[in-house]
Amino acid sequence: MNFLEHLSNCGAAKINQELSRRTFLKATGTAAAGLVIGFRAPEARANLGDGAFNPFVRIAPDGMVTVISKHLDKGQGTVSGLATLVADELDADWSRVTAEFAPSNPEVYNNLSWGPFQGTGGSSGIPNSFMQYRQAGATARAMLVNAAAETWGVPAKEIAIASGTISHASGKSAGFGEFAEAASRMEVPIEIKLKSPEEFTLIGKVNHRRIDTVPKTRGETVYTQDIDLPGMLIAVIARAPRFGATVASYDDTAARSIKGVEDVVQVPQGIAVLARNTWSAMQGREVLSIEWDDSNAEVRSTDQIMAEYRKLGDQPGIVAENKGDTEGALAGAVTVIEADFEFPYLAHAPMEPMNAVADLKPGTSLEIWTGSQLPTLDHSFAASIAGLELDQVKINTLYAGGSFGRRATPTSDFVNEAVNVAVAINGRAPVKLVWSREDDIQGGYYRPMYFHKVRAGLDSEGNIVGFHHRIVGQSIVSGTPFAMLIDENGVDATTIEGAKELPYAIGAHRLEVHNTTVGVTPLWWRAVGSTHTAYVIETMMDRLAKAADVDPLEFRLRNMDANSREAGVLRLVAEKAGWGRKKPPAGIYRGLAVHKSFGSYVAQVADVRLNDDGGIAKVERVICAIDCGIAVMPDQIKAQMEGGIGFGLGAVLRNQITLTDGVVDQSQFYDYEPLRMSDMPIIESHIMPSMEAPTGTGEPGVPQVGPAVANAVFSGTGQEINILPFSSHGLV
Amino acid sequence: MAINLTVNGAARTIDADPHMPLLWALRDELKLTGTKFGCGIAQCGSCTVHIDGMSVRSCQAFLGDLEGASVTTIEAVEGREADALRQAWTELDVPQCGYCQSGQIMSAVSLLQTNPAPTNEDIDTFMSGNVCRCATYHRIRAGIHRAAEILEG
Repeated sequence: MNFLEHLSNCGAAKINQELSRRTFLKATGTAAAGLVIGFRAPEARANLGDGAFNPFVRIAPDGMVTVISKHLDKGQGTVSGLATLVADELDADWSRVTAEFAPSNPEVYNNLSWGPFQGTGGSSGIPNSFMQYRQAGATARAMLVNAAAETWGVPAKEIAIASGTISHASGKSAGFGEFAEAASRMEVPIEIKLKSPEEFTLIGKVNHRRIDTVPKTRGETVYTQDIDLPGMLIAVIARAPRFGATVASYDDTAARSIKGVEDVVQVPQGIAVLARNTWSAMQGREVLSIEWDDSNAEVRSTDQIMAEYRKLGDQPGIVAENKGDTEGALAGAVTVIEADFEFPYLAHAPMEPMNAVADLKPGTSLEIWTGSQLPTLDHSFAASIAGLELDQVKINTLYAGGSFGRRATPTSDFVNEAVNVAVAINGRAPVKLVWSREDDIQGGYYRPMYFHKVRAGLDSEGNIVGFHHRIVGQSIVSGTPFAMLIDENGVDATTIEGAKELPYAIGAHRLEVHNTTVGVTPLWWRAVGSTHTAYVIETMMDRLAKAADVDPLEFRLRNMDANSREAGVLRLVAEKAGWGRKKPPAGIYRGLAVHKSFGSYVAQVADVRLNDDGGIAKVERVICAIDCGIAVMPDQIKAQMEGGIGFGLGAVLRNQITLTDGVVDQSQFYDYEPLRMSDMPIIESHIMPSMEAPTGTGEPGVPQVGPAVANAVFSGTGQEINILPFSSHGLV
Repeated sequence: MAINLTVNGAARTIDADPHMPLLWALRDELKLTGTKFGCGIAQCGSCTVHIDGMSVRSCQAFLGDLEGASVTTIEAVEGREADALRQAWTELDVPQCGYCQSGQIMSAVSLLQTNPAPTNEDIDTFMSGNVCRCATYHRIRAGIHRAAEILEG
């Protein structure tokens, strides 16, 4: 059974943070270290390398501590976070801690929220690792203590460790390096004591810094794009302009005449040009002549597809939620607010376009270098394409220049391409497969297009009595190894997240879904379902508040549990923004939104400067409040809020992928223009103090800014923005 | 065709297509990979280098036009502004994924060389050609202000 079958059979990929939550509550005192992190006996660690205390911690003879990260870092700072968890419990000197990425091994390096599967996503990095990496650090510390006690002939309990120095009251003192080897050969203690929060020296400290900043200011960080192997060829692939099309015939004569072009091969994804350098490969691809077979291709335009979605929106769908008699409640309502919302396809467009390096020795071995977000899938697909066993394939994970979900394709698309090309040339040279920006914008794997139809009713007191909500769009996970996220009725959890469980008392609630079939490849995009559901719920709340003649903050608080964490972040953000107390300056209008995603609660207030014609001149300021439980790296949580707000804002202002007769209209940063410096608001983030288990931070700051800005426009001009992006209304 | 130029202070000869962008010559021929490919059409600034002291998008500078030019990349940029920016970037943890940051710093060096105390508007104008998809703009702005403060001493 391969990993995919295993994963499908066990159904363990349900995003479930209960395990880490339970472990957290139980284990703040002592923990069964050997059981949790394994590798108790020294012999079991033989394959982990010299100085390995467990799969997550290695200490070199010079005292340098290496933390092995089971998660990809694509900017979100998880490597720094994991290293912090280890270093704090280990009492290491942070300046002498480094990190490297783990090999692909779903038994040792699995995401504890996902079962026997290694992967990074769903903002689960710190939440699933919080206990595990602390235990890894604490056990290594205990082993160092035991080794020092043995050598110095003193009781272990008299040994102290602080900031990388082991000491004893007798005056004996040593660095980690002196005992690293001896300690790493000891048995892992059965029980270890974890720090209580007041003992943390790094966790929760506002001045604690990332581990990877300095090399990123010197161009020294190695990304996949920077890998260079002896004899390596660069490959670019000409892919079909239409999704689902295949190669009918091609002529590579002109391409082969380009200096530097070494070969042209057909692969399942298209025609690959291999060259000695990237420029030659791109030049060669330019002059390929290819006839495409469109007989199975998607040939519709997005306008046509959306028209079909609108029709579906008028018909009952699969029921995802049904509480009370929604039709009856709406029939009896004093006011009913109706709205149809349209959301476009969105590209992830990370700064580093997709890429992967494959070095194949046919029948023997395959080595991959890539920013691997789902190593378990990448590993399995690569082995299968190369006709090798899993243990003949090695995945080297590198820092990635962004992802926003793009590197987590359930099909391992770009890894497969590299391996397909390597197989096509029979491994005669290592291959670096690179995507151009045009490939990236036009190459699919988009946040799907969605249509929402909503009706919500108020009674004479201004209470919400019913909420009827229909969502039309493609399932992201249908037909993929993540299909277990679809329930027995056919509802994809990623379609409805953020729309099913609401913090508001809304009376009767009916939520329906239509799953559509479109040839465009869909994918999760930072914050996934909440990127559209939060927009709908939170703009509807402002319209309901206006109909009820109540302030939007007051309306929300009145309709939610005062003790809820949503209410907590709303009150915090309102206080920091001066909501209702300080009038914004002339020409500036204010909107707010609150939304829970990936376990974290975020509220934002946007100050938007409007032009005389009601258009958006500038989003001047966003105040943000987050409750994500224990804040491991507070400054990085703020960084994720800043980045999440910028990412979300760029998309709602002006990003959309459209198709004309099946061909993507956009191709570059000039027609899929990201947020730029001049668009960036001033951002102020506040973290709710908490002793709850840590929850996500990479995605939860994205969903609120869109509705907050829309609500500011609504408060200024009364305009309801139902079709995204805002640029499609001439608002920007 | 062999082009002679100075890269990071050293005389180099590159024998390649004169139409090859400097970006690919640096990365593929000279193995200086700190300069990044982001778009290839001067829309993102990831490939910013200094040519004869001016910040330039290396994807739009072509080898054939660079005979005798002096090129500085992120690996070797130094001086008061570069030092102050690196210090500020480190103090404030500006980078996230880091992929665009070589270009951000190369542009910011040029900004501070011509305008040692830029306002927010100056920064927005000068830096808007450098895209960051992690949207670290907030900290880039703060980082440039902090570097200006360091330069002022």
